[in-house]
Amino acid sequence: MIIYAYLILFLPLLAFVIQMFFGNRLPRRGDFVSISAVLLTLALAIALLAMVLVFREPGFHSQSLFHWIDIGTFQVSLGVYLDNLSVIMLFVVALISSLVHIYSVGYMQGDPAYARYFGFLSLFTFSMNGIVLSAGFFSIFIFWELVGLSSYLLIGFWYQKDSAANAGKKAFLVNRIGDVGMLIGIMLFWSAVHSFNFETIFGAVEGGSLAGTTLTIAGLLVFCGAIGKSAQFPLHVWLPDAMEGPTPVSALIHAATMVAAGVYMTLRVFPLLTAEAQMVIAYIGGFTALFAATIAVTQNDIKRVLAYSTVSQLGYMVLALGVGNYVAGFFHLVTHASFKALLFLGSGSVIHAMHHGLETVNDHETDPQDMRNMGGLRKKMPVTYVTFLVATLAISGIPFTSGFLSKDAILAGSLAYAMAHPNHFMLPVFGFGAAILTAFYMFRQVFMTFHGEPARPEVHDHIHESPQVMIAPLGILAAFSTFLFYVLPSVNPFSTHGWLQSLITKPATVAGESTTAAAEELGHVLHLAHEPAMLISISAAVLGILLAYLFYQRKVLDARAWAQRLSPLYQLSYHKYYMDEIYSKIIVQPFLALCRVVAVFDMEWYDKVVIDGFAGVIRGVSRASRWFDDTVVDGILVNGVGKIVVFAGAVIRLFQTGRLQNYLMMMLFGIILIFAFIVF
Amino acid sequence: MNHLVVYLLVSAVLFVLGLLAVMSRRNAIAVLMGVELILNAANINFVAFTRFSSTTLDGHLVAIFVIIAAAAEAAVALAIVLNIYHNYQTINVDDAASLRG
Repeated sequence: MIIYAYLILFLPLLAFVIQMFFGNRLPRRGDFVSISAVLLTLALAIALLAMVLVFREPGFHSQSLFHWIDIGTFQVSLGVYLDNLSVIMLFVVALISSLVHIYSVGYMQGDPAYARYFGFLSLFTFSMNGIVLSAGFFSIFIFWELVGLSSYLLIGFWYQKDSAANAGKKAFLVNRIGDVGMLIGIMLFWSAVHSFNFETIFGAVEGGSLAGTTLTIAGLLVFCGAIGKSAQFPLHVWLPDAMEGPTPVSALIHAATMVAAGVYMTLRVFPLLTAEAQMVIAYIGGFTALFAATIAVTQNDIKRVLAYSTVSQLGYMVLALGVGNYVAGFFHLVTHASFKALLFLGSGSVIHAMHHGLETVNDHETDPQDMRNMGGLRKKMPVTYVTFLVATLAISGIPFTSGFLSKDAILAGSLAYAMAHPNHFMLPVFGFGAAILTAFYMFRQVFMTFHGEPARPEVHDHIHESPQVMIAPLGILAAFSTFLFYVLPSVNPFSTHGWLQSLITKPATVAGESTTAAAEELGHVLHLAHEPAMLISISAAVLGILLAYLFYQRKVLDARAWAQRLSPLYQLSYHKYYMDEIYSKIIVQPFLALCRVVAVFDMEWYDKVVIDGFAGVIRGVSRASRWFDDTVVDGILVNGVGKIVVFAGAVIRLFQTGRLQNYLMMMLFGIILIFAFIVF
Repeated sequence: MNHLVVYLLVSAVLFVLGLLAVMSRRNAIAVLMGVELILNAANINFVAFTRFSSTTLDGHLVAIFVIIAAAAEAAVALAIVLNIYHNYQTINVDDAASLRG
């Protein structure tokens, strides 16, 4: 099985390398390389899933480790970790990734950077599989940053547009804030346990090497990474902007898989979270779920509505984890992956058609993503409409869909938590409030896009259904958005005991007795909360749909008039609670001002005084030493020796007349001198 | 008056005459003739010293060697002079000064 895991991990990396170096030279610009790699990955993931389904062993796990760094006492192991959680997650990632790859063939047709696009998709698939297969904090952090990188590359894929380039930067920087917290959390665990491996850490924490408040803080710091990556309040601001990327990318990365990585990572470290940490997490998730839903209600950009809806649904998952409803959190992650990917791909199909229609009538000004320009697309794009509707029903939590099953489980969990801890009655309120709003804004979107009269009849005439290659993934995802796949082996659409629940069980906490007690307490009340939660959630969904129907289909209630009436709230929601403006004012602007001050200091003081001054001193010294060299060494020593030799030569050469008689004369004088010397 | 001194005086006069000829004459042949005078002055000394201070004939022998050496020297020197004449068209020793520094 481990070899399968390694293949799943590295096949997409191989495809990425091939695409980057040879993509443009291959036939079809190499899309088949990435697609075949991801389809192989899918086949292997299905094989793994089949194996664990045959085992049906909730505690199954298997890991393969090798030492990567081994310096004295500092040892880092890398490797893959397989258990039911990672196998199911691998299947989800591979499935969505494969469908998005295939869909992209149609959506990205003719893009000048077609090969680069598929390369980046492969890089992303590799990194995401890496997160899923990580056996420890060290490797999860590496892949965590790699998905961040591929997300950055794909958001800014059309980097010629300033808005896309800026959105990429924003996503990267905002994620970095969360990652710093995560890194500090990882270091806390390292300093206490001296290991990055999850199993080792769980064992050591159970043995008490990290406990109490420190453990709570360490757990929350690690969760900071999830706040950034899963776009939880207050770091959710990057996700709506990330919609600047190509729509299939939004479906894959910013809806189904990467943003769920935060939730997945929290699931991985779940045993380490103390009851206090879980409570904070529950509030963050619950608040995010409601908060993002209120923004989604007033947005007009088809993708932005979905982006806020993603933030809201991720809030649900985090809420589920916070209240200790581990299985429901993961279940929602799985179901959400398919219906949200379906919504994004459906919106991509609409945008594709709108873009084409607008191009045909030579309108390059109108935004093809603005729902106010759509309407009545149902008849023109029947497949997109039907699949989109299935996903909308799923996200709204209508029975017979996958979303109903998972959302109901989450809401039951939060209700049970409130029953066990009456002080925290706000958590189910967040949950059910968000459920009403979800149904409302999703059906608002359906009515505005597919129903009613066309807002632009001349464009509407040129709208066509998208090509087969884009429609087929929609159909497959729609099938995965119904209840059937998730309740197997039963066929009861209200079953809460499908194969997933039998494979995934909540791991025993290692965070101390109080946390264990809290978990047990929740288990007692959970079944009591199930039926009321189901009733409330269905009524909430119906209420939301009814409101949307009255506002946007029948137009009995006038949306504009209500917006006027609730003007302050409407404005607040429409402007996303001014979060971007607030961040800009209190963080970005002061930071830029500080940068400017530092820049002036750097340019005016440091460069001019220190750097230039130092250079001046060096030049002075150089000049002096040059003078010494020229004058003393060269002038006196070197040339002096030469001059002496030349002078001596000039004198001595006078004696060398070449006349024998002169020499003889000198000999005579010499002899006379010698005689004189001897005699006297 | 000691007879030896007479011989030595004659020899000294002969030597100085030869030396003057070697140093002052410009004609290479005249210079060679001066050299002969110096050699013969030396021969007179050898023979005289042997006559008055020894019972052996060493000085005579040396004198004969000197005469032979002088004959050889004259032959070589005259050949050099001829070659100089070939090269410079003169036997003036001052003109053959290409070794001047």
